[in-house]
Amino acid sequence: MALAGGTLPPDDVVVAALRTGDEAAFAALLDAWSRGMLRLARAYVSTDDSAQEVVQDAWLAVVEGIDGFEGRSSLKTWVHRILVNTAKKRGVRENRAIPWSSAFERQGGPSDGSSRFSGEDGVPPGPWKDFSVLWPTPEDEALASEVRGQIAAALAGLPDRQRIVITLRDVEGCTSEEVCEILDISAANQRVLLHRARTWVRARIEAYFETVGRPA
Amino acid sequence: MKRFRCAEVVELVTVYLEDALDEPARLGMEQHLACCGECGHRLDQFRAVIGVLGALPSEEDLRGDVRDRLLSAFRDRHRRGA
Ligand SMILES: [Zn+2]
Repeated sequence: MALAGGTLPPDDVVVAALRTGDEAAFAALLDAWSRGMLRLARAYVSTDDSAQEVVQDAWLAVVEGIDGFEGRSSLKTWVHRILVNTAKKRGVRENRAIPWSSAFERQGGPSDGSSRFSGEDGVPPGPWKDFSVLWPTPEDEALASEVRGQIAAALAGLPDRQRIVITLRDVEGCTSEEVCEILDISAANQRVLLHRARTWVRARIEAYFETVGRPA
Repeated sequence: MKRFRCAEVVELVTVYLEDALDEPARLGMEQHLACCGECGHRLDQFRAVIGVLGALPSEEDLRGDVRDRLLSAFRDRHRRGA
């Protein structure tokens, strides 16, 4: 099984390799998915150490259960479902509530439809107004790191379910079908959570640009 | 074709980007976006935010001892199984 390049072979190849005890294949899978799994686990449990344990227990369940994998979903979805179930049990043991809303949301952030961002009449908005300064990636490293900090803070301020969905979709790059299967939610629900989360992050970035103003 | 107001477009940005609108709604949305600069910029902002989110570096890695434990569990499992 190929180790380099970060692209994994098709599921049937990976699954066959795992079943025959191909350790390099397992290591490649660990290295490809564990970071994303840690990020996801962290939304359910209270500490980084707990998240490490959740990811460890999920992988142990994968090792024990791989012979029973039937291929009805993708391997990635199957592994992430195991992770979510493991993380939920752990979160319950920690008495951690999964809130539907947070202080941030009550402050009126998400789905704020105001038009503060429009430019002056006839004046095209600058790169700060339409965020084109961010796209495709900020060239200015100081700005890039500042914006990453703002985004991390914005994500941290989201209700858990919104944060989980936007993390899976936009940070980890899962498809909407994968997210629905991993979290057992409907496509409509997934879109609502994703839209609220993106709206909130967008508003936070806009507020940040308004604070720093347009540089000379 | 449906005619959209700005407030409706704002709520439909994600559905639009997911390509989950029916044909008349998609056309109406595109017509609105073509002539409303404000909504066009908001769409650009969404795309920029999605781009930055997709390029976030991961802060945490699997701890070395956890990775070692998993690899040895994998080896044991197959020694048992064989
Ligand atoms: Zn508009």
